[in-house]
Amino acid sequence: MKSTSGNAGGVQKKKMNGYVGFSNYPNQVHRRSVKRGFNFTLMVVGESGIGKSTLINTLFDTKIFPDREEMPPSADAAKGVDVTSMSADIQENGVKLRLTVVDTPGFGDAINNEDAWQPILENIESRFDAYLAQENRVNRSKISDNRIDAVIYFIKPTGHCLRVIDIEFMKRLHTKVNLIPIIAKADTLTAGELEQFKAKILADINYHGIQIFKPVSDEFDDPETVAENREILSKIPFAVVGSEKYVEREDGAKVRGRSYPWGVIEVENEEHNDFIKLRQMLLRSHMEELKDTTDMVLYENYRTQKLLSMGHVQDNGVFREFNPLVQMEEEKRAHEAKMQKMEAEMTAVFQQKVHEKEAKLKQSEEELYARHKEMKSVLEKQKSELDDKKKRIEASARPITPMEQHPTKGKKKNIFSGF
Amino acid sequence: MTAPEGQDYVGFDTITQQMERKFLKRGFNLNVILVGESGMGKSTLVNSIFTTHLVDSQGRRTAQEVIRKTTEISPVTQTLEENGVRVRLTIIDTPGFGDQCNNEGCWVPVIKYIKDQHAAYLARELKPFRDRIINDTRVHACLYFLNPGSRGLRPLDVEVLKRLTEVTNVIPVIAKSDSMTSDERTLFKRRVKEEMAFHRISTYPYTSDDDDEEDRMLNASIRDLIPFAVVGSEETIDVDGTSVRGRRHGWGVINIFDESHCDFVHLRNFMLRTHLSDLVEVTAQRHYEQFRTSQLRQIKELRDQQSAAAAAGVLPGAVVPQPPTAPLPHQPVAQV
Repeated sequence: MKSTSGNAGGVQKKKMNGYVGFSNYPNQVHRRSVKRGFNFTLMVVGESGIGKSTLINTLFDTKIFPDREEMPPSADAAKGVDVTSMSADIQENGVKLRLTVVDTPGFGDAINNEDAWQPILENIESRFDAYLAQENRVNRSKISDNRIDAVIYFIKPTGHCLRVIDIEFMKRLHTKVNLIPIIAKADTLTAGELEQFKAKILADINYHGIQIFKPVSDEFDDPETVAENREILSKIPFAVVGSEKYVEREDGAKVRGRSYPWGVIEVENEEHNDFIKLRQMLLRSHMEELKDTTDMVLYENYRTQKLLSMGHVQDNGVFREFNPLVQMEEEKRAHEAKMQKMEAEMTAVFQQKVHEKEAKLKQSEEELYARHKEMKSVLEKQKSELDDKKKRIEASARPITPMEQHPTKGKKKNIFSGF
Repeated sequence: MTAPEGQDYVGFDTITQQMERKFLKRGFNLNVILVGESGMGKSTLVNSIFTTHLVDSQGRRTAQEVIRKTTEISPVTQTLEENGVRVRLTIIDTPGFGDQCNNEGCWVPVIKYIKDQHAAYLARELKPFRDRIINDTRVHACLYFLNPGSRGLRPLDVEVLKRLTEVTNVIPVIAKSDSMTSDERTLFKRRVKEEMAFHRISTYPYTSDDDDEEDRMLNASIRDLIPFAVVGSEETIDVDGTSVRGRRHGWGVINIFDESHCDFVHLRNFMLRTHLSDLVEVTAQRHYEQFRTSQLRQIKELRDQQSAAAAAGVLPGAVVPQPPTAPLPHQPVAQV
């Protein structure tokens, strides 16, 4: 009854003594998700007649796409790429799946296919946008997810390297969706040709830096899963043959396949084609990973890019830890610093004003002084002039005699004596 | 000459043997152009028909190879001999055709090449001192490769076939027909014929008034088979002790000479064993003559224009607008 404890960052590892029961949790999750049901959205891209509808119907063993209707020859050429979707609710062992398949009729059929991927890319992005809008809603209880979980791209079995349209399409879409390229109509290639063709395709994909969906094992997987994943990986890109019809084999058994004059190719025979591997990867082992990658990686990348392009900036301040004491200290410090700054500013302004006033006063002082001096000199001048006048008058006038006491007599005498 | 040498025997029936001997000495030219996207099986088919490796596939083999931006014309000439009869066979491949995203005008170099050969022949015919035997580089047959699995003719096929059938004998084939079951094949052929009728595309063989009953029946059976659903192979494989040309799959072996497997035998017989001389003749009588007529008319118009201009008192040396003419004299494409 020992309890071992390791100390990894404060988390202790403890061993239990009996059965508690929380290991039942995954089952609870399982039951809940089964009740809720799953959805899966698949897109198929390839030129007309390459086998898209047949493959889908074969994969899910249901007629999701109806038979092509025969239309009379018409003069109007292909009208461009259409994007249409079909949904079906299918059930297996109590598990409900809402399967949506998006078809792209018209891709690569016209003479000029320069922008054939444009409508497809727009469709994928609009689904991301719709999800983004739902996430930003106030009430998020009901989010419907119709994002594309995987795109199956059909490659023509030419035997040569990829065509321009293949490369262009994959380059433009590989960062937005899980890309699963497959070789269509694989019954036209022999085993040797197929090997070489797959190698060429992979070389082309690597050369152009195209990322396709690959099953990867991590250290938590058991050896069985690792082996399975490796096997699946070795067959990529899958060379598939699809068929909804049952044909009779040599030994009389009825299998899904195609009957030729030279033999019968069986859809579910691993030696004939890679259909089983495709179904396994798509549905039996990696469906969850496809959805996960779409949600966690592809969608997130798209969201980040979209928000950045809209001008949002990552504000890390929101995420800092909130400690009130530290915050107050900081605020106080910030406040003090501010006060000091203001003080310094005011002092500076005051000084400046004082200087200005001083200068002004000095100037007026000087002015006054100058005026005073001027006035003084004027006054002195006047004074000296008056003094002169006085002197002259005194010099010319006799001293005051008794004659002056008899002003009238004196006056006559004065006049004659004046000469 | 098994006819008794009686007194009423004239002996002009030996002309066939005389012609044969002349033919043996001279040999003849056969020029075939292959038109179709990369990876349709053009080279393999031609090599199968002539049972020798005549042409190399021009498809892109490595990721580093540059993707062609236009349709190239690459003729390869070889001399084959069979039972004393020599044929100078020229196979003209068209790498780059239909391989772009935008294939507008990808047929232009092809049409131009065919017309240039007609023009070269015409130029040599018009020379005052003609060669006794003019080296015939005119295209006698065009194998047009259709895409198996499409609903019928694609928009590109319609555009190109309309133009090709005006200048040469076109034989539509489905090369990699081992991806179609018998039912799918029948449906596809019917569909193609419907669409060709709708777009008024007439392929070889043509109906002619001077066909006799035998020819008519043969042509009717040929036309029924069109487009030929063939499989090509350069490998011989062992099937129950016999060596056959074919393809080995995990679920069966295709023998290209087996008529229930594909139309290869029919195509080969049609092209080489029954209609070979007809192909050459029709090229000369129908397509070349059409070209020649239009060219001569154009030359005549040009001369009329010039003389009218002269009569109207245009100064000599004035530039008279030139109507489009064929390039003459034109150097024939390099022969190996």
